[in-house]
Amino acid sequence: MRNRKLTPYVLVLPAWTWLALFFVVPIGGMLSLSLTTGNVITGFQQTFAVGNYADAVGTYWEQILRSLLYGGCATLVCIAVGYPVAYWIAFRGGAYKSTYLLLLLLPFFVSFVLRTISWRFFLSDNGVVLGTFKDLGLLPDGFAVLNTAPAVVLGLAYNFLPFMVLPIYAVLERMDPHLVEASHDLYANRVRAFVHVVLPVSLPGVFAGVLMTFIPTSADYVNASVLGGTHNTMIGNVIQTQYLVNNNYPIAASITFVLMGLLLVGIFSYARALGTERVMEVHTS
Amino acid sequence: MSAALDTGDRAQAVPARPPGRARRRTDWGRWYTWAVLAWLFAPIAFMVVFSFNDPAGRHNITWQGFTLHWYANAFAYPDLNEAMFNSVTIALLTMVVAGVLGTLLGLALGRFGFRGKQLTNLVMFAAISAPEVVLGAALLSTFLMLNVTTGYWTTVVAHVMFCVSFVAITVRARVITLDPSLEEAARDLGAGPWTTFRLVTLPMLFPAVMAGGLLAFALSIDDYIITTFVSGDVNTFPLWIWGATRVGIPPQVNVMGTLLFAVGLTMAVINVVAARRRA
Repeated sequence: MRNRKLTPYVLVLPAWTWLALFFVVPIGGMLSLSLTTGNVITGFQQTFAVGNYADAVGTYWEQILRSLLYGGCATLVCIAVGYPVAYWIAFRGGAYKSTYLLLLLLPFFVSFVLRTISWRFFLSDNGVVLGTFKDLGLLPDGFAVLNTAPAVVLGLAYNFLPFMVLPIYAVLERMDPHLVEASHDLYANRVRAFVHVVLPVSLPGVFAGVLMTFIPTSADYVNASVLGGTHNTMIGNVIQTQYLVNNNYPIAASITFVLMGLLLVGIFSYARALGTERVMEVHTS
Repeated sequence: MSAALDTGDRAQAVPARPPGRARRRTDWGRWYTWAVLAWLFAPIAFMVVFSFNDPAGRHNITWQGFTLHWYANAFAYPDLNEAMFNSVTIALLTMVVAGVLGTLLGLALGRFGFRGKQLTNLVMFAAISAPEVVLGAALLSTFLMLNVTTGYWTTVVAHVMFCVSFVAITVRARVITLDPSLEEAARDLGAGPWTTFRLVTLPMLFPAVMAGGLLAFALSIDDYIITTFVSGDVNTFPLWIWGATRVGIPPQVNVMGTLLFAVGLTMAVINVVAARRRA
């Protein structure tokens, strides 16, 4: 009997060890690194330099705000584009539901970086699309899509759309269609049926989708680098450059913590509004 | 759902029509869904078409003429081959290690109540929702402080770390639906815990284990952000493409992208056909 009680602990032990060593401990390591001073040549000393955080925020507040803005816009685009698709597949997909879902996921079999770079070539100033329109005189010669804010936002929305569609689809698919019929029997028109019956049921899916798109989009730097040029850098670009190019680790670690803190505050206020259990349940199932 | 379509259509209903189905207005939802799909496939189509292009200069962005040259010379870049090899082997290692660890974890979460279960769920939730930049930066910070040289194995470690929770969730979802009476029956027939696991539980879990493993493979081979932080001098396919953007991407990248897409497509089609057979 004692043996059986131990079983779950034996089962979780390897994964726990891995997650503790390479996820939990490193967060602590990064915290410690963010409170050091020094440089690569002289080494870093643990001085509990809280000033790093003030430096980081003071220097990069613009990128921080831009990340939240772009992430927020991309999330809104994902809702606007993804909700109707999820709705239509769930209610009208019929026998082809899984085929539509597969079609939706198929583009994501191509590597994330390659997909984004492919957009850049596709939309280049004199490429297949813009070049053709310019030749036909439909667009002015100087017109450009690349290296603008909308290019970054649309790139982000493109790359993370399935994370919005799938959770919304999952809740709508489980919904009993008789509820809608019942609302019609009670003289609700299509708009009212949607607002009062379908929308409330689908909200947990939307909330999960928002978490799953807003967090990665606001921290992404691939889209900003590939599609945004030099004037649309996001906080991810700063973190990457500070770590890997400038080797300015204390500032890099501080700015990463600022990003984490902002996202955590967001998630917690979100969870408070919804109930923690529900957020985690939708998110991890 | 037919009720939603009823309003207003009654006046024009013709008796000769079969009841129910035939009256339909334009299904805007269908058009919309196809438009979104077109958006999703646009860069992929571009990639595939331009893998056959014969570009004039360094930039493969306007159509010049058809050629199979890049397919014939798909493996002309030794660095690219090496990067591809690294990507595949790292993904396979990740699949196996994360597959085993995640399966055990998922089994424990789905089947047993134990102290620390909530905490485990919380850590998994955090590991899944933390942005990749944070995961990569945290690992690199720790490797730096411990003077660990980053490279191939640190990449494997990182990939297993972020894939394990995905496998666990996939397996847990399956464990919850299993009927425990089958295992009880096995025990009644004299099977020990290990035999029961091997002959009864594992075969029933197998589809979920495979799905989780493939998910880990896909996540690993596609990963760019975490990998840049922890891979040191080692190149992977996404990293190589990224580096090549500065000097102009050779059309071979389109070829490899197209081949990978074709493999994915084939697997997906086989999966759908197999599912149809079973149904």
